[in-house]
Amino acid sequence: MTHRKASHIVAAGLLGGVTLFLIGLLLPDWLLFTATKAAGYGLVALGIVVLMRGGLVSFGQGMVYCIGAYTSGLVASRLGVSDVFLLLAIGGGASTLVGLLVGPLIARYRGIFFAMLTVALSMVLYGILVKQNAIGGSDGFNVPEPTFLGWAPGVGASDLALYGVAVVIAATAATFCRFYFDSMPGLVAKAVRENELRVEYLGSSVFRITVRNFVIAAGFGGIGGTLNGLALGHVDPLFSFWTTSGEFVFIAILSGHVSVSAVFVSALILELVRSFSNRYFPETWQLLLGAFLLVVILFLPNGLGSLWEELSKRLGRGKPPPVPDPGGLERRKEAAP
Amino acid sequence: MSKQRPAKTALKSLLTTGAAVLAFSGPLAGMAVAETFKIGVVTFLSGQAAESFGVPAWDGGKLLIDKLNAGEVPPPYDTPGFGGIEIEPIVIDEAGGATKQVQEFRNLVQREGVDAVVGYVSSGDCLAVSPVADELQALTILYDCGTPRVFEDGSYEYVFRTAAHATMDNVALARYLKAQGVEVDSIAGINQDYAWGHDSWRDFTASMAQIYPDATVEAELFPAFGAGQYGTEVSALMRQGVDVVHSSLWGGDLQALILQASPRGMFQRSQGVLSAADHVIPPLGNNMPEGLIIGARGAYGLLSPDTPLNRWWFETYEAEYGVIPVQAPYRMVQALFGLKTAVEKAMDANGGSKPTADEIREQLRGLEWESPGGTITMALGNGHQAIQPTAIGRTVRDGDGNVVIGDIQRFAAECVNPPADQNSTDWINAGFPGAVCE
Repeated sequence: MTHRKASHIVAAGLLGGVTLFLIGLLLPDWLLFTATKAAGYGLVALGIVVLMRGGLVSFGQGMVYCIGAYTSGLVASRLGVSDVFLLLAIGGGASTLVGLLVGPLIARYRGIFFAMLTVALSMVLYGILVKQNAIGGSDGFNVPEPTFLGWAPGVGASDLALYGVAVVIAATAATFCRFYFDSMPGLVAKAVRENELRVEYLGSSVFRITVRNFVIAAGFGGIGGTLNGLALGHVDPLFSFWTTSGEFVFIAILSGHVSVSAVFVSALILELVRSFSNRYFPETWQLLLGAFLLVVILFLPNGLGSLWEELSKRLGRGKPPPVPDPGGLERRKEAAP
Repeated sequence: MSKQRPAKTALKSLLTTGAAVLAFSGPLAGMAVAETFKIGVVTFLSGQAAESFGVPAWDGGKLLIDKLNAGEVPPPYDTPGFGGIEIEPIVIDEAGGATKQVQEFRNLVQREGVDAVVGYVSSGDCLAVSPVADELQALTILYDCGTPRVFEDGSYEYVFRTAAHATMDNVALARYLKAQGVEVDSIAGINQDYAWGHDSWRDFTASMAQIYPDATVEAELFPAFGAGQYGTEVSALMRQGVDVVHSSLWGGDLQALILQASPRGMFQRSQGVLSAADHVIPPLGNNMPEGLIIGARGAYGLLSPDTPLNRWWFETYEAEYGVIPVQAPYRMVQALFGLKTAVEKAMDANGGSKPTADEIREQLRGLEWESPGGTITMALGNGHQAIQPTAIGRTVRDGDGNVVIGDIQRFAAECVNPPADQNSTDWINAGFPGAVCE
């Protein structure tokens, strides 16, 4: 485990954010929108990565994603609140609240039971929303264009403005996660994945760690949902459908749990692969998407993030990474005086 | 995993990723420059609505575009392509939800540079895409979706719908029952539990309340979309023994309902009234019971009028695919003929050069054109929403024992669609003011 200095993490976050925004100025419009959407998706998947480090995978992140999108969308369209930052806070807040309520109920479950319970909850939400004809039923409803601290960008600038916000959020979330992952509570969370009993003996509560991870993931999901609801201008119950949750898991698997920035790259790659396969192979695009995931799992079992780690190690040291060699260690011990 | 592997694996995957990126960016760099009229066609190629709507619609669209480019369509559509410009379609799968559709819509407009988008079966997709179309000033033709909300709740400059919305189907069914002298004291409905099912049932019961004020509603059943099993519902409906059972089910759901209800005699006990059922006749064949009152959401397929244009279309489609055209390809063709008419009018106005989106939408607003299903008029939604004549009929067997449609009654567009200044629900509840039925 490499420990990064706090200043390095913040600098990396800042640098990443600024670089991405500058790249955004050069991107064509269609890619700008795709990148914004990928940031929203990446944020939700980052929540899954937080859970994954604790040994759990939620197949129902669509629920918090949907709650964020619906709450902020309803506040925007019914109450006329249009400020993007306020809406993000409302969407993120609503999902965090739900996370706080649901978390303790399901934190005692593990493995497939945890995954299936989260799916069940998200499908319950889907079922409820489909029947709510007052808010559009299965067709959903449209969300008005957001404003940015009182500024209403015109048609040309709104995509870029929202992309800017998405980049800031993504960089902040990634920085926060890096800090969390490297902190003592974060490392203990990782230990849960290896041996729960031992973590309990060390005096930490596995239950509390799981709830904490679940709440963080819920907050990320809500913010991601709000961001995508605003970017799309439309919210519908499919946000909570199991296939949507499946995409988040797909992104999390693609990125692995090693690197936090890899989540956003994975989300963007997924969007691009899907879009181009849809464009050039409209009748078999799902097949291509599946084949792509298979290739990643076969060649990169630890996800795209492991690729980064590998590259940075090689660039940093100019030699292959050290290979753990328990036998060698033993020998050195013996040789010591 | 062995010790030497990670580096090798990393390199290998980097190469794979790189190759994939190159493969995908290649076609972008080599785009053709010859002037064509690019249409993004969005319809279901996978999922539940593919077999019943998406695929036949695209089959129809593909065939018509080929014939148009070859100049083989009868007058008034005999100019090749759109006013001599070749039509170049790009087809996209509509499966995946509104989120994906908004993204793909942007990609079609901003990346592929299409001149118009023709698409959308799902009402949710229509509602989601419309504001984006206006924002991007991209000409968009909604060809199939049924919700009246698109132009009743919103108003768009670049969005048009070339097919009537779903209110027409249910008003026509109620009028048909009256005209055929069906006695109705009690009705029941079995509709899918999502917006389409609820809207259809609401329009039908409201229309029945006007035309048969004494009829009572005995049961309202809303099975889940894609349920497939209707044993409980059929039992409930048979227990009620109502005069009329209404349903707006479609596709596999409707096939399942018919297959499960017929052997139990539900359609002998109650008159079945199905608003969108013509497309299940080819797959069900002789399993389709006689005596069902059915609509096709327009004068389409077996309900279509006997005109030279329709005869050409029906025969061309049947010869190509070995099956009769049902409602979806009719609606696709209707949209393409409308677009062609508007493009050519715009070219007449600007001296023959390829028209801009603004020039086309000027012509499309309030336009009237001939389609195989009858005359289409952009009469509602400030000239952006079509009304069209429709027809309802009853399933019968012909001399060879095949199920066809008899007792066809046609309704003029103004008879079953609300006038321009009225919301559908208000119009029905007010007793169809301004309806013109000959």
